[in-house]
This record gives sequence, C-alpha cells and structure tokens, in this order.
Amino acid sequence: MSIPPHSRRKSKYTPRSRASGADAVRTSAMIASLDAEGRETITAPFGHALVDLAKTRADIIGLSADLSKYTDLHIFAQAYPERFYQMGMAEGLLMSAAAGLAREGFTPFATTYAVFAARRAYDFIAMAIAEENLPVKIVCALPGLTTGYGPSHQATEDMAIMRAMPNMVVIDPCDAVDVAQATRAIADYNGPTYMRLLRGQVANVLGAYDYGFELGRAKMLREGADVLIISSGIMTMRALDAAQVLEQDGIGVAVLHSPTIKPLDQDTILAEAQKNGRLVVVAENHSITGGLGDAVAKTLMTHDVFVPLRQIGLPDEFLDAGALPSLHDQYGITVERIAEQLRRWVDQ
Amino acid sequence: MSLAQRAWAIRRNALLMGEVQGQGYIGQALGVADVLAVSYFHAMRLRADEPEWERRDRFYLSIGHYAIALYAALIEVGILPEDEIATYGMDDSRLPMSGMAAYTPGMEITGGSLGHGLGIAVGAALGLKRKNNPAFVYNLLSDGELGEGSTWEAVMSATQWKLDNLIAIVDFNNQQADGPSRAALAQGAEVPKWEAFGWFAQEVDGNDLTAVVAAFDAAKTHPNPCPRVIICNTKMCHGISFLETREKTHFIRVEADEWAKALAEHEEKKPL
Repeated sequence: MSIPPHSRRKSKYTPRSRASGADAVRTSAMIASLDAEGRETITAPFGHALVDLAKTRADIIGLSADLSKYTDLHIFAQAYPERFYQMGMAEGLLMSAAAGLAREGFTPFATTYAVFAARRAYDFIAMAIAEENLPVKIVCALPGLTTGYGPSHQATEDMAIMRAMPNMVVIDPCDAVDVAQATRAIADYNGPTYMRLLRGQVANVLGAYDYGFELGRAKMLREGADVLIISSGIMTMRALDAAQVLEQDGIGVAVLHSPTIKPLDQDTILAEAQKNGRLVVVAENHSITGGLGDAVAKTLMTHDVFVPLRQIGLPDEFLDAGALPSLHDQYGITVERIAEQLRRWVDQ
Repeated sequence: MSLAQRAWAIRRNALLMGEVQGQGYIGQALGVADVLAVSYFHAMRLRADEPEWERRDRFYLSIGHYAIALYAALIEVGILPEDEIATYGMDDSRLPMSGMAAYTPGMEITGGSLGHGLGIAVGAALGLKRKNNPAFVYNLLSDGELGEGSTWEAVMSATQWKLDNLIAIVDFNNQQADGPSRAALAQGAEVPKWEAFGWFAQEVDGNDLTAVVAAFDAAKTHPNPCPRVIICNTKMCHGISFLETREKTHFIRVEADEWAKALAEHEEKKPL
C-alpha cells in the first residue's frame, strides 16, 4: 500500500489584490465589536442583562474559564463579585463545576469561547450537564467567523456539535436586543442551553422592528415576494441589509429570523416556505454542514415541502486567517456578496 | 451491627447481583466494600428514608462501573430495597450496569465517563458553601481515573477554592482495563503528588477497616482549609480466595457454577 504524501490543507484561496501600507485592513484578533458599521450599538448586552436578572434572582451565578472579560461576564463579576467564580483555564472543570452548582440549586452561566466549549468540553457538557438535563447556561463568544485569528478560535461548527446533543437548546442571536432578551429567556428555561454570544459594542438592529425574542420561535422581520431568507445570528442583520439593496432592483426579499436553532420553529418555517413560491435561502454564520441550513432542509424534506433551497454560509473547511472584513468578503457573507448571490439565484 | 458485618453484607449483595447477570465488576465491588462500609456506616450523614435530604453528605460515584458496589451499599443502607437485587442489569431495572442519576435513588451523579466526578464535586462543594450547608461531598475515584487531565483540573481548583468540604477517595487496586495502573499513568508517589497540589493526603490499606475509619476521621476533622484525599489501596476480589488468586483482570470472569462457590465461601466468613 502506498501512502500519499502529506499535503497541507490549502488552499483554494488565491489572495485578491488588497491595499497595503496604511490602507491595509489589519487582522482583527479577538474583536470587541462586530458589525457595528455605523449603527447604533449597545455595550455588553449580555453582561448587563445578567446583572439585571441577578437583582431579583439569587440563584444566578457566573463562571468563566479565564475569559470573563472577553465574554462580558466581567460586568456581572464587578456587580456581584461573590457570585462569580473564576475557574481558570480549564474548560472541562468549568462545565463539570457548573453542573455541580446546578445540582445544588443554582443557575450557572458558564462562559468561554465557542470553540472551547463545543470542541474541548463536549464530553463534560454531554454527561455532566445535558444527560441530567441540568439548567446550566453555556454562553460562548466568537461564534462562526467573528475573528480573523484562524481556526483555533473560529467556531464554524459549534452549532452542528451542540445540535446533536440531546436536551441541548441552541441559540444564535442577531444583535444586542436579541442577546439581552435571550439571556432572560434562557435563565427562565429549566434545562441546558448553549447560546452564541456577541460581546462588546453590539449593534442594535432589531430595536427598529416589532420583535421580541421567544425561545423556540422564528419571527418574520420583513415581507417579500421573491425570496425568503431564513437566517440566524449576525446573518439576519446582513440579510436585512441585502434585502434593502435588492428592493431597489425590484426583488422582494422576506427575512425570517430563527435565533433558536434547536428546537427549530418548524411550524413557522414550513408555513413561510410554502407561501408564494419563493426561493428559500438559509443564511448562517456557520459551516454549511450541520447548522441551520441542514436543520431547515431536513424539516422541509421530512414534511414533503419541496421548494428550491439554497445555502449561504461558511464552507466546510478550516478557514483562513486575516482581517475580518476581507474574510467575510472572501467567504461571501458580506451584504454586497449576499446581494450578488441572491441576484444570481433569482436570475437563474 | 459492626462495620465488618456491614462490609460482609455489601459483598454478599454484590455477589448476588453478579450471579443475576453472570458477570459484572465484582472484583472492584469486593475490593471496595470496606471503604463503602466506612463511608455509609461511619463517616456520612444521611437519611435512608429521605435520600435527597438537603443536609445529607453527597457521595459522587465517578466510576460508573462500580455501580454494582454502590447498589450493594445502598441496599444495606436501606435506600434501595433488597428485593431489587434480582433486577440488576435487567430491562426496566432501577439498577443498570453503569451508575446513572436518573435511574437510582442514592446515585447522585451519572458516572461512567471517567474524569467528571471530581469536577462536579468541586461545583457542588462550592454550592454547599454558598448555601452555608455543612455537608461534605465525597467523590469515589479509581486509580485509572487519575490519568484523566480533567481530574487534575479539579484537583487544582479544589485547592484554589479551599474546599475543606470535599473528600476524594481513590480506590487504588492497580487494575485498569488494559492492565496495571502503575504501568500506565498512575506511576506512584500518590501522597506527595496530592500534597504538592495542596491537599491533605493520606494513604491506607483500604481493606483494613480500622485504618480506613481512622483516615476518614482525620479527613473530616483536619483543621486546614484544604480539600482532602484518601488513597485506599485495595485488593481486587478481596475476601473470596479463589478469585483473589485468579489472574488479575479488570473484568473478572466468573463461571456460572462459581457464583455459588463464592457465596458459599463468603457465608463461611460471616462475621459474628
């Protein structure tokens, strides 16, 4: 048997010509503020929502594995130092200890980066938390492609991993409004949850809509006759912007925001997908494998709803490092690239 | 009843369950019976008629495959009825082969995936302190489990948080699935290792009831604000001579006719 020579991954990617020198877009390390892009922002919506909750609920406590400052949990830690546990750089322990505290009647919010929870701590989350259906709230920063730091910190498959875990509720909020409302909703839910976190200065997008986060519910944010985008996370704000761009071209784009990935709001998705003969597009800040796209596809297929379905998401690859705006462009998840793609699909 | 009588009864219950299935981790159960007798009939505060009594001492079994041993103890305590022995490992039984919290009264956590118990115990010990609840958390680990990195995350954390309400018990029988634990990662110097991590550490003959009692007493009353560990050197299959001398394996093979033989030998050794 011959063994093929080892080949490094890479690279289908050919660098485009980019500005250099003073105009170069710099690599964002652990970005503090994603996608504000001139919008109104709200500071640390998760940290402040948790502090508000803690005022009336003595069972709320916080734990982090050396990433409180990078998950906005430091806001809570400053307000309630006696209710914050610094567990050190030990994610297995973080999840196990959260399970132990939940056993004793507390509602622990455990924070780290999405890659470390989903990859490193999986067995601990599965057996110490989910198997016993304990109310541990896992809240994780750097979801999908929200850092240019490279695959070690890019959680492109976290929702696929967490979706597969029995009992686990999976949430991918869009903006500061979503993050704050979802924080309250998961605190009230008596079971394990995994929430992707947007931290720092977080855009306020949904504040302009008649919207409220409800666990397990998808909400129509915008109507449109030609395309239905079903989206979660930051891709919802991108989808809303792309819809505005296409409106000028006479293409009507509806946006259904589905921040709860599991349990999926099948009823709303099935109802909307069957209206008007629209092209259905799922958009997510996640690998095209195992996330919202797969969940929607399965829902449609198993309910005999056969409509044209397309996916906008990250490729099933370990992604490149670089500046975040460049990477979003490269992988097709900027407003402009989404609008281009939708236009092509509609024209076909 | 004496602790020797309790330990004898725990071994009998375990042998009866092994006979039901014709298999099981009986070697471990026979080895750890003395430690369980001291835990449940000397050291721990509990109420047999109220297994979830808020002020009970918690007993976390990391090592799910030791479930047969813990069931044997819980039956002797009276938390589980003796007539459920016949259901061990059967469909719809409350006594599955691996210990799981949802199935069995008195089984506090779901074990089986090793390296979880001590971390959960750290969280519970923190929670008890938050509630000013004076209960202890005991965690029974195995020597093989010391190879799991997460165990040592918890070891460091327990010291960090000064968890003097946490008592780890290591059943050191030097047998893991592929052979001697000493030939894997548990290579010795257990007490200095735990001491270096800031624990009050003791090492005892885990089949010497007097020594085990003294170690538990010392662990509970040690004055320093640090977690406690008792390394219990135990002998697989302790008390059943023909099994003790059998080639050492993690999963002892017992032939169908040998259960009766083992129970007969055990009956002869019943303490007065």
